[in-house]
Amino acid sequence: MSENVLKLENITMQFGGVVAVDNLSMEINKGEIVALIGPNGAGKTTAFNTITGVYEPTNGQVSFLGSPIVRNHPQGKMKKAYKGAEAEKFARQPVLNPTPDKITALGMARTFQNIRLWKTQTVFDNVLIAKHMLRTSNVFSATFRFNRAEEAKQRAEVAALLEIVGLTDVKDELATSLPYGKQRRLEIARALATQPKLLMLDEPAAGMNPQETDELTAFIARVRKDFDMTILLIEHHMDLVMDISDRIYVIDFGKLIASGTPEVIQNDQRVIDAYLGVEEDA
Amino acid sequence: MKTIKREYLLTALILLAVLVGAFVLDASLPSYHIAIKVVKKACVYSLVAVSMNLLNGFTGLFSLGQAGFMLLGAYSYAILCIPVAKRAGVYQYFDGGIVQFSLPEFFSGFLGGTVGPVVGMLCALLFGGLLTALCAYLIGLPVLRLKSDYLAIATLGFAEILRAFFQWNALGPLTNGSNLLKNYPDIGGAAAYILLVGVFIAVILLLVNSTYGRAFMAIRDDEVAAEAMGINLAHHKRMAFIISSFFAGVGGGMLAMYMGTVQALSFKSAMTYEILLVVVMGGIGSITGSIITSFLYIAGLEWLLRGLDSGTFLGISSPIFKNGFRMAIVSVIIMVVVLFFRKGIMGDRELPDLFRPRKKAAKKGGEAK
Repeated sequence: MSENVLKLENITMQFGGVVAVDNLSMEINKGEIVALIGPNGAGKTTAFNTITGVYEPTNGQVSFLGSPIVRNHPQGKMKKAYKGAEAEKFARQPVLNPTPDKITALGMARTFQNIRLWKTQTVFDNVLIAKHMLRTSNVFSATFRFNRAEEAKQRAEVAALLEIVGLTDVKDELATSLPYGKQRRLEIARALATQPKLLMLDEPAAGMNPQETDELTAFIARVRKDFDMTILLIEHHMDLVMDISDRIYVIDFGKLIASGTPEVIQNDQRVIDAYLGVEEDA
Repeated sequence: MKTIKREYLLTALILLAVLVGAFVLDASLPSYHIAIKVVKKACVYSLVAVSMNLLNGFTGLFSLGQAGFMLLGAYSYAILCIPVAKRAGVYQYFDGGIVQFSLPEFFSGFLGGTVGPVVGMLCALLFGGLLTALCAYLIGLPVLRLKSDYLAIATLGFAEILRAFFQWNALGPLTNGSNLLKNYPDIGGAAAYILLVGVFIAVILLLVNSTYGRAFMAIRDDEVAAEAMGINLAHHKRMAFIISSFFAGVGGGMLAMYMGTVQALSFKSAMTYEILLVVVMGGIGSITGSIITSFLYIAGLEWLLRGLDSGTFLGISSPIFKNGFRMAIVSVIIMVVVLFFRKGIMGDRELPDLFRPRKKAAKKGGEAK
């Protein structure tokens, strides 16, 4: 088996009395495309947010490339209120709670369910700003232009990246003036600009028509090939998911109900009941 | 980049013309002439407005502490520049004060009588800026955790506290209590102000167009996305706050220079609002807008519209042209500007953008200098 990129152990996220993610454990190996699916409100995006540092999980541990990056156990008020499992498992280990930017710096980049591009910036600048993270210059050397070499290198990298994702012809347009499909693609390009090892896509095909979805499917497959990327995605378009995923995790009410290859998932009775359903006219 | 683009050439020519104009003004008019005063004050306001724009317009942090930061810069400059011989007179209630040196005199000791004072004054300005930056760092620790309106209220409160603190009698030997600080030197005429402010604004312009400036704008546009793309929010917000405060401090020092006297009482929150007005009317996110509006605002208020208060305006005499009528007209003008230029006079464009051939549909709100 190949190298383990992301590993979730007993992740539980409890908001007050509501357990949004319940004892979720999953693994993603290098080069895989893994999908996380489930009905609306199942806790997919919450799981995403605990991985990327937006939320601090109530309990559990996230490891990236073999080393723990997020870890917590029920504390304070939550000690009594906690409804999840494995409350003691991580209690003796230090809490790790980095901010999202630190997690991105480790090599994990994400896109958003509702597109979050920088509105007043051009397509080119949107990608260039993502490169800011990789700078070596400080504010003085950047202001007085002692970082020309680095700046030129980053600009060249951005131009090359835009060429690969096919946005070169619109690079001077405002990001928000692009059609929807291209905005999605730009968001992925922006995430790629941080040179991640794991790309996390939160509903990349949301609101897309079938043709755009097909294009996106091909695009994601190409990203994996060209960048040798590991990808975790949340998605509702089953065509896309079944088409490109190597493995699928299904959650319902925060709990993992099935995992495995697309074929296994399609024939799993629990998944069919909870999420996929049966085709009425079949 | 062998050929310089037309729009940058035109911009450079305009800036050069402004500078030459200032030199001509200095040479042809006495230093107390209203035109020179207006240029000097507008320069100071430009610098402070641009520093506020860096924070409010480019980083999206709504801060209202500008008057407080200017106060720090102004006091630093005044205290460090009063000639030793005149200290006894200024600090008459506090036995001549505790600071017994003067930077301009100190530097003229070994740099000569012409260069020395200028170097001393510049050092005092920069010291004021650095002190303000340090103060901003300390205030930023708690305050920058707040967002939008709450940040505005906290910074406003801080500025008011600072003003009261500087009037405190126990600090008298340093700040002269609630009395005036005066008799310190001015650096020069209109041209000197334009040069000095030009240099500071150029630095801000370079910063805004650097990788850090772009990161600031990313934070303004979408904080969540910025953080997800590896931009450390706390670090960058603090940085913007400190840099903005540095220039506000320098601007405060220059305001002290221009006014000739400093008193904590004059750094009221109304001053912050005045500058906020300039920033908003000029266009949030436009440095050129802040500068142009500073000049229009100061020239209008201090000079061109004076007649409205004193009976005769543009040759028309009317009994309603009495004290206070000027401010009523200014309010009307502001409302008109806000109604017709919703994004301010310049929107988010800069001077060179005005000379570019218009590719997209012409936006509303263009007005050349």
